[in-house]
Amino acid sequence: MFNLFQNIHIDWLGKRKYFIAFSCCIMIAGLISTIGRQYTPGGTDAFNLGVDFKGGTVVTAKFKGQRPSDDELRAALNKVGVADPVIQASTDKPDEVLIKIPLVENTENEGPSAAQAEAGRATVKQALDTFGKEAEGETSLQDAPDAAYKIVGHDSVGAVAGSKLRNQAVTATLFGLVGILLFIAFRYDWTYAVGAVLAVFHDVLMVVAFFSVFQWEINLTVIAALLTIVGFSVNDSIVIFDRVRENLQFNRTDSLFKITNDSINQTLSRTIITSGLVLLSVLALVLFGGEVLKSFSLALLVGVVLGTYSTIAIASPIAIWWQNKLGDSRVKEVLGPQKGEKLASSSRRSVTRRPVTR
Amino acid sequence: MNRTGLWIRTGVIVAIFLIGVYLVFGPRHTPTGADFTWTGIKNNLASNINLGLDLKGGSHLVMRVKTEEYLKRLTENNEAAAVQAVKEAKDDAGNPLGVNAEGAAVTDNGNYTVTLTISDPSKAQVVVDAVKKKVDFANWTQSTSGNQVVWNLPKQQQAILKSAARDQAYKIIESRINAFGVKEPLLQLQGSSDSGLILLQMPGLSDPERVKDLIGKESRLELMKIVSPPNPQPVQTYPSEQAALATIGGKNTDTRKVLPYTERDDTTPSINGNTNTAQNQKPTKWVVVETPAVVDGSELRDASATQGRAGGSDYQITFSFKPTGAQKFGDWTGKNIGNYMAVVLNDEVKSAAFIKSQIFDSGEISGKFTKQAADDLALTLKSGALPAAIEYQEERTVGPSLGADSIRAGVEASVGGLVLVVLFMLFYYRGSGINAVVALTLNMLLTIAALVMIGSTLTLPGIAGIILGIGMAVDSNVLIFERIREELRLGYSVPESIGLGFDRAFVTIIDTHVTTIISSVILYMTGSSSIKGFAVTLILGLLINLFTAVFVSRTIFNWELSLYPNRERMSI
Repeated sequence: MFNLFQNIHIDWLGKRKYFIAFSCCIMIAGLISTIGRQYTPGGTDAFNLGVDFKGGTVVTAKFKGQRPSDDELRAALNKVGVADPVIQASTDKPDEVLIKIPLVENTENEGPSAAQAEAGRATVKQALDTFGKEAEGETSLQDAPDAAYKIVGHDSVGAVAGSKLRNQAVTATLFGLVGILLFIAFRYDWTYAVGAVLAVFHDVLMVVAFFSVFQWEINLTVIAALLTIVGFSVNDSIVIFDRVRENLQFNRTDSLFKITNDSINQTLSRTIITSGLVLLSVLALVLFGGEVLKSFSLALLVGVVLGTYSTIAIASPIAIWWQNKLGDSRVKEVLGPQKGEKLASSSRRSVTRRPVTR
Repeated sequence: MNRTGLWIRTGVIVAIFLIGVYLVFGPRHTPTGADFTWTGIKNNLASNINLGLDLKGGSHLVMRVKTEEYLKRLTENNEAAAVQAVKEAKDDAGNPLGVNAEGAAVTDNGNYTVTLTISDPSKAQVVVDAVKKKVDFANWTQSTSGNQVVWNLPKQQQAILKSAARDQAYKIIESRINAFGVKEPLLQLQGSSDSGLILLQMPGLSDPERVKDLIGKESRLELMKIVSPPNPQPVQTYPSEQAALATIGGKNTDTRKVLPYTERDDTTPSINGNTNTAQNQKPTKWVVVETPAVVDGSELRDASATQGRAGGSDYQITFSFKPTGAQKFGDWTGKNIGNYMAVVLNDEVKSAAFIKSQIFDSGEISGKFTKQAADDLALTLKSGALPAAIEYQEERTVGPSLGADSIRAGVEASVGGLVLVVLFMLFYYRGSGINAVVALTLNMLLTIAALVMIGSTLTLPGIAGIILGIGMAVDSNVLIFERIREELRLGYSVPESIGLGFDRAFVTIIDTHVTTIISSVILYMTGSSSIKGFAVTLILGLLINLFTAVFVSRTIFNWELSLYPNRERMSI
């Protein structure tokens, strides 16, 4: 039996101020990045939104014979500064390929326009010229002996129902969080419910801050990643709350402060193994999952770390801080049967040791 | 230890496993030898799982809203309304204006002009004022010369209206494909704002023509009065268009129009995608109707396909009106008892009926529709009429929008990650790690089997749901094992530790799972189709995990205890 992480007595809650200060620092960095970028003329936008959200140009290119692979095309486009093109094979015409790139200039408010389409075409042409010359103008691909490809169509495209989809995702998630809040309040206590939900907000905001600071592209896959992070963060918080509840049942002498610390330490091996394993899998996705999934896997990577961190650094301190406000955090006095009072955090369903019958 | 109970549990697990294997890898036809080869299994797997646009690709359609038709109809309607306004207008004293006005609408070469020729040029201003009250000419330029009043739609306004018509068509198309259940389509405006172009990509469907058709249906419904002697005389029809036109002076006027009457046909268009039945089947009857329509499709509240009275296979469409439409319709039918009314769809009379009594809120389109045609028509009526017809400009089939190469890379990376997880579980929990690996494998198999069973389409958000489900499955195993270890350390015996470990961890697992399931159900109810995809796979994964991580894993432990009852140490 390997027994890592046994008999650990770290005072996690004693360090809450450092944790919260750390989180605030990242939030402020995110805020500075978004506001700064948004209002710096000529600079980048607050977020690097992909073609899903802000539209761009779609170019159809026809190649002579075998077309370059998706990877080769993506590499060529990366070289001319298009970080996140959408490359889609045309399966009924194998020598053609659809390339979608985000808006070239900062013309977001003007919407799709002819100038935008031309700028996008020029960018793609610049990239495709690495594979050979284009059959320009009216000449068809067959008639131009030295040409390697021809851009047979180009047009601007709008966002994929961008803002609507984003808003719907946000409202759906908010409703989901209300459900979580009510259920945790029912099973545990309001203080825990608020702690867990604030931790979720913390995680999502931090991930968004990372995306702004590092200018990672935000596309539709990031929304899926954020939903996953919400689930992971809540799961992690509940595991520890569950242990706190159980310990409160059996230990009626220690303070809530100590019990929470103990609970974190007791579940630490589980926390590290689970988060470590998930992190490992996500890391594999980041390193080897390819360019297109990069935003998705980066969001998950940051989110998994934060989801684990926020349980200890945000959810638990908030729950305890509030309990403190509600009354004395010393469980002994409140929970003592002689007083007959019920602590808000006491379990509504007792966890008893059951005899083994089999 | 009760062996019979264990055998029953094992039987249940094996049965579920076999069902899962069949659902995921089994053929949906009579099995042949080929189904047991590697390629056969792969083919069956591919045809059993529906993959979305982002993972597998589908069709790429560029369509154009015929915005010029929209402007043409707008101009013609305004012209008719203007003539009507002049006729009905009264001067300040309440007397008729005494001006005759003849209208003309020009709608070619990008010019959209309404001209009124009036009998008394001195009253031009009065006419203009009267028209302005009734007709919205706000964005038109107006000029008067002699006995002619001209309204012209400037180019700039044309562009604005065209853009608005495309936006409206975009919304209607979106609601139609969602109502039809196309999974996670990609809808984008293409080109400049007055181009009328809309790009649609949708996952591979078994019947793409039906969807194309559904999108392109104009579905303009109007209820009109037929010019005919009242019941009990039969409705007045004419054998040819000329004969009908002859009764109203040779051409359609502002208040009378000739329409083909094609009752008892099926609006299912032919495969070439032509949505206009009039071009496919020659109508044999014509009727004269009064314009403007009594009520139109914009007043519809609901429409649904219902089985015809005769029973059998004929379907018809019943519809009901919003309160405003119901009021209009009620007033009109009250005044027209005994007269004939036409149900007109895209300028074709679909049915003619005499009005028995005052009707307020509902009506029907009778005819010999098939179930599918009636369903489709009801769906398009509900989503509203397109501002103008749609033509398809470009059609191709495309590969996955995430790119085939990156999907391959993603799959390889995920498999690699899973192998790492499995190796770690075997290394860290040794013998008990086998439980975890069995539970995880079964979990993935059953999650995919459940997706196949409900016919869900798998897309990237769905895979994100599976990832979270697997993460929580790993977590459940770790929670149970760590708990068993704790109990062992506290000095409990092996059977006691296993029992306690499962009991304690079960409380935690139930809480985490129920919380996530609750929030996922809410996501499913409120989210868009991609969020629904995430929620569905997550809910399925978690429900299955309660079975695999708790029931299956416990059964394996119980077998061990049953086979080696006196064991003092366990491999964990």
